[in-house]
Amino acid sequence: MSHGPSASGGALVAAPPHGTHDDAPHVPVFVDHTRAELDRILSRYPTKQAALLPALWMLQDARGWVSEGGIEEVAAALEITPAYVKGVVSFYTMYHQHPVGRHFIQVCTTTPCNVCGAEDVVKSLLQHTGCGDLGLTSADGRFTVVEVECLGACGFATPIMINNDFVESVTPESVPRILSELK
Amino acid sequence: MGYPHPSHPRETPILSKYFGDPAARTLAGWRARGGYEALEKALHTDPQELQLVVKDSGLRGRGGAGFPTGMKWSFMKPDGKTHYLCCNADESEPGTFKDREIMRWTPHGLVEGVALAAHTIYAQTAYIYIRGEFTEPYARMCQAVEEAYAAGILGENAMGSGKHVDVHVHRGAGAYICGEETALMNSLEGRRGNPRIKPPFPAVAGLFGKPTTINNVETLAAVPYIIKHGAEWYRQYGRPDNPKSIGTKLFSVCGNISRPGNYEVALGFPFKDFLYDLCGGPLEGREIKAVIPGGSSVPILTREEAEGAFMDYEGFVASGTMLGSGGVIVFDDRQDMVRQIARLTRFYAHESCAQCTQCREGTAWITRIMERIRDGQGTAEDLDTLVAISDGMTGKTICVLSDSCATPVMSGLKKFRHEFEAKIAANKSVVTVPGAFRASAA
Repeated sequence: MSHGPSASGGALVAAPPHGTHDDAPHVPVFVDHTRAELDRILSRYPTKQAALLPALWMLQDARGWVSEGGIEEVAAALEITPAYVKGVVSFYTMYHQHPVGRHFIQVCTTTPCNVCGAEDVVKSLLQHTGCGDLGLTSADGRFTVVEVECLGACGFATPIMINNDFVESVTPESVPRILSELK
Repeated sequence: MGYPHPSHPRETPILSKYFGDPAARTLAGWRARGGYEALEKALHTDPQELQLVVKDSGLRGRGGAGFPTGMKWSFMKPDGKTHYLCCNADESEPGTFKDREIMRWTPHGLVEGVALAAHTIYAQTAYIYIRGEFTEPYARMCQAVEEAYAAGILGENAMGSGKHVDVHVHRGAGAYICGEETALMNSLEGRRGNPRIKPPFPAVAGLFGKPTTINNVETLAAVPYIIKHGAEWYRQYGRPDNPKSIGTKLFSVCGNISRPGNYEVALGFPFKDFLYDLCGGPLEGREIKAVIPGGSSVPILTREEAEGAFMDYEGFVASGTMLGSGGVIVFDDRQDMVRQIARLTRFYAHESCAQCTQCREGTAWITRIMERIRDGQGTAEDLDTLVAISDGMTGKTICVLSDSCATPVMSGLKKFRHEFEAKIAANKSVVTVPGAFRASAA
């Protein structure tokens, strides 16, 4: 799924990730307690490469997205090539390959949710976040809304994920209240 | 208990007994409910003996394929090699959300099942691979594992048995295909989640190239009960006339139904009673039109077919479909089947790992054609093309994602052909002259 901002975005822009630009000076990801945490994870596997998904999660938690620079840090920490890491990153939908809004909202629209009206929830979210279209970030940098394939909460249609949190049984009408509770 | 609603009197809550009971989540709470007794017993029992008990119990894989668990475990011999156990918690099959509740409510039950299975297959290390989106189940499992280590249940001297059992929780990052067992192993090794060609099978060369057993969450969660109460006890659950489907099964129910949620019934339960008594039937004023009984990859049933089915491996096959993962998706009379089947094919097109041509191209072509028909731009020829592509996608690839995409299309075309034809008949942009070229204004 492409989360990329479309060329027709107009005033809508890709927001900086949690206030951090990739080219801004920053502390390396894998230092101090994060380095210790990575070492702890590495001890669970017979290869360093097996810690790649966990390491990418640590990177994304720290920076908000997975940048070229971040990929190089992960590659160095695990002694694999950046090209290899990039190949893995691009396979999985949950690593953001570009900055996203502060509240990254994934809406399930796969069949079980679809028959319960998930597409109307998408419309309501796009309207109330001001994102304009799927994959775009609102001008204030607060929201990005994307469609996602089956979140595995089909009995609670329509589930949405806001960053790491599930919100279940969302309806078009409940969207404004849910959004108002976010900063 | 029960979640999100109390257990129905006709349910047989074993795995789901503590769903909705937050006190069962902690180590103390789990022990107070009899937890870890089976593991303690097992750690002092010879693995061969445990393999036999599980074989005798008739337990079969609950993830979709239904492979006999005891037989799978018997492939693992005391050969002195490093063995691994993988617990498949990548629950991603549309319509399925049972493993999620097992992990959310009874995380120690799964830790116990995983540790027990690891010992039984001569593995020192087990990994629980949880789909990336399951943030709460992930946190619950991490906490349970941590508690188990702190209490000496896991580690170098598990429960004082002298056996070394390590359990680690590993988080995925968003990919349906990682629920395929060899794709899961690749993903766990830090690779793209491409399924591997078999053979070699995981029991010979699996995770990190070592003999590996991989089981679904629900399968592993059932094992402690079998070890505790015995194979005979487990065999009481099922249809008396079908010895091939034994035990209880969690069914997730979603879509256009009055009471969606998880239900645990003895295998062989009549599907009609299940849909109307337990799940409350269709929403008021509506009728059930179609049901997918085992996750989106199994053939669609009409209402009549569903009402005559029995909920076990053989029962669903006799009705022309499969038990699969037990994800029941209900469609009512408002639903446009062409639209919904098109949405399913889009799912598979999105999730194809793209290494096999038939799948990479086939899922995309099928989706394009299905969406064209959905949008009133289809032609009669498209129906033949769908059949031809589906045929080219079935039984020809490394894994069954490709087959799974063709399944709803083929069963949909067979059972709801009139809906496809009505959309095509309404397509005014096409002029069809028999025996001549087709002209489309679209």
